[in-house]
Amino acid sequence: MAFTTTTPQNLTTFTTSSHKPKLPFSPSHSLTFPTHPNQTLTSRAISTAISTSTRIHSLFTPRATSSPSSSTTAAETTFHGLCYVVGDNIDTDQIIPAEYLTLVPSKPDEYEKLGTYALIGLPSSYATRFVEPGESKTKYTVVIAGANFGCGSSREHAPVALGASGAAAVVAESYARIFFRNSVATGEVYPLESEGRLCEECRTGDVVTIELKESKLINHTTGKEYALKSIGDAGPVIEAGGIFAYARKTGMIPSH
Amino acid sequence: MASSSSFLAPSSTSILHSKKDVGLSALTSTSSISSQRCQKTGFRRICCSVAAPQQSQRQPSTTGSVKTAMTMTEKILARASEKPYLTPGDNVWVNVDILMTHDVCGPGSIGIFKREFGEDAKVWDREKLVIIPDHYIFTSDERANRNVDILRDFCQEQNIKYFYDIKDLSNFKANPDYKGVCHVALAQEGHCRPGEVLLGTDSHTCTAGAFGQFATGIGNTDAGFVLGTGKLLLKVPPTLRFVMDGEMPSYLLAKDLILQIIGEITMAGATYKAMEFVGTTVESLNMEERMTLCNMVVEAGGKNGVVPADSTTYKYLEDKTSVPYQPVYSDQQARFLSEYRFDVSKLEPLVAKPHSPDNRALARECKDVKIDRVYIGSCTGGKTEDFMAAAKVFLASGKKVKVPTFLVPATQKVWMDLYSIPVPGAGGKTCSQIFEEAGCDTPASPSCGACLGGPKDTYARLNEPQVCVSTTNRNFPGRMGHKEGQIYLASPYTAAASALTGYVTDPREFLQ
Repeated sequence: MAFTTTTPQNLTTFTTSSHKPKLPFSPSHSLTFPTHPNQTLTSRAISTAISTSTRIHSLFTPRATSSPSSSTTAAETTFHGLCYVVGDNIDTDQIIPAEYLTLVPSKPDEYEKLGTYALIGLPSSYATRFVEPGESKTKYTVVIAGANFGCGSSREHAPVALGASGAAAVVAESYARIFFRNSVATGEVYPLESEGRLCEECRTGDVVTIELKESKLINHTTGKEYALKSIGDAGPVIEAGGIFAYARKTGMIPSH
Repeated sequence: MASSSSFLAPSSTSILHSKKDVGLSALTSTSSISSQRCQKTGFRRICCSVAAPQQSQRQPSTTGSVKTAMTMTEKILARASEKPYLTPGDNVWVNVDILMTHDVCGPGSIGIFKREFGEDAKVWDREKLVIIPDHYIFTSDERANRNVDILRDFCQEQNIKYFYDIKDLSNFKANPDYKGVCHVALAQEGHCRPGEVLLGTDSHTCTAGAFGQFATGIGNTDAGFVLGTGKLLLKVPPTLRFVMDGEMPSYLLAKDLILQIIGEITMAGATYKAMEFVGTTVESLNMEERMTLCNMVVEAGGKNGVVPADSTTYKYLEDKTSVPYQPVYSDQQARFLSEYRFDVSKLEPLVAKPHSPDNRALARECKDVKIDRVYIGSCTGGKTEDFMAAAKVFLASGKKVKVPTFLVPATQKVWMDLYSIPVPGAGGKTCSQIFEEAGCDTPASPSCGACLGGPKDTYARLNEPQVCVSTTNRNFPGRMGHKEGQIYLASPYTAAASALTGYVTDPREFLQ
């Protein structure tokens, strides 16, 4: 098989920042995007693939677009809006219960439906719902969580549901690995890590701002500021819209 | 693509016996030798039931030979990435030997593959993709049924060799290709082989580590990438070693061992790490029990689980695969993040109480918990050996169950075993006969069933806030359906015992 990669020296992959999230594709090295010998990547096919990818990317950008109280800057480095607070070990069944897994995330209308059901699996002790019954988007920009967020299944529907609902970022004490990896690969939400337990400092409905470049979260309701761990090189991947989009954007995939 | 099977790590040998002996002698060393070794390499030995361990510092290597020592997981990834030596933390492009997907994540992965590689793109290798519908099969949910159709269309278009299709939902036996639960089917169909890399769009893909291979779960996007390229970028995990020695008591099963471990290290105790299971007890386990052990590695956050391949493995594989394989073993000087030691003879049957797999408790301490139903099924507890174990308890009791007891064989083959294999000591009776006499529900169509709830019409789904003892793998709120359902995870022995009393019950009530 004609697979060739020049594996860059410092090529790293995305993990939680306690293991320092790093860039999966290093732009300063040349990496021939692998092709299958039977697949004829004609220039027309590639440009179609890129334009399709771009089109879908614009549907999937992790912005809280519908909420009137939230906004993002053009540079995508600031997220402002309400926060929704959950506890420890929020598993994928709570983020998106199994009965909704018949929805296929790569189909645009089913993608939107997944957003409607984000965090619907939380027990009834969470009196305030993440997405109000009858609504299709969330009014919360940021989910603040405890430890081991996203544990359980490998279902990519979990970060997809959060992104589709309109949330921009999760700020958790720590993540389960598959969820973190899926968040970066899809570019659906920023999986940010807090220094300490923000889930005990913030309450659902607090107005917060995340300054991505400065790695900090400001809670306007309490007036306190919190340091976040740097998203590192996973940031540009998410900003681009995920691993494939990033590879094209940075020229990792040869365009012609 | 360069064949990865011919590559050998420098400090390993490919001769089966000597490597096995080296591996074993390290395991059966006396405790005084072990502690000497501990002091030398600096890793910390932890005995069971003692307080949670701290992570040890890795000593810098001082000699050339120590430098190249690797754990099993490191070796497998080294070979798959065509590198002579790897250490934890390295990020490498890994050649994938098998990619598995099912009806829940397959359509999404296919969608991404086509979007990124083109509508007319072909998968990297039509023989290395195994597509196994298993999650939402026996349901009238139209989308669920459509998802199986999507898989079929793709397999036809790509001429995929291994597609375990189902068309007639009213009678699973009318579908000769249909298998059932993906992780059990992978093993039964010979797709799991020592030394290989197996990725799947399911968190319990780690089950295959029982065969001495690197197996882990990935999302749709990563799977889409593998579909096009046959490779994935993976970070080499450090390894936690779990040494289990002693003769397995007659009332314990592998499920009890893994619940013990998860309770010990907690649900995030193995995050980003490999879990290696060794010791005389592990060696005494059959393949299905080893699968149960590795299956729940993900419940501790683990990246992958491994059990070294041995004669039990080879015997199992004899009639299942003709693809050559090359097992690898941890070097004697390999460094582990931590080592945990368990004297299995001191362990007791366990449950994981609601709502977390690490909420460990002794089964006998939960004897006042009244239950509403019992569920025996899933990749964790629905294999032939699991049903044989349950049958053993029913046989020993001779009585009928006091609560509805649902039996969901993982695959067609398991279902057939229930009706054909005589249970030892039962005078020729099969599992199915014993279950019928005990008043259990008739074994259902093989699939993932209610382990993860599923569409509302799924057999044995928890649609009310009931208490269920289950041989499955997770008990988070809503896992089997109803958010207020209370799920006690348990071994098949404990599940059967509980069915007989109507309360959470230690199987020693019947087995001793």
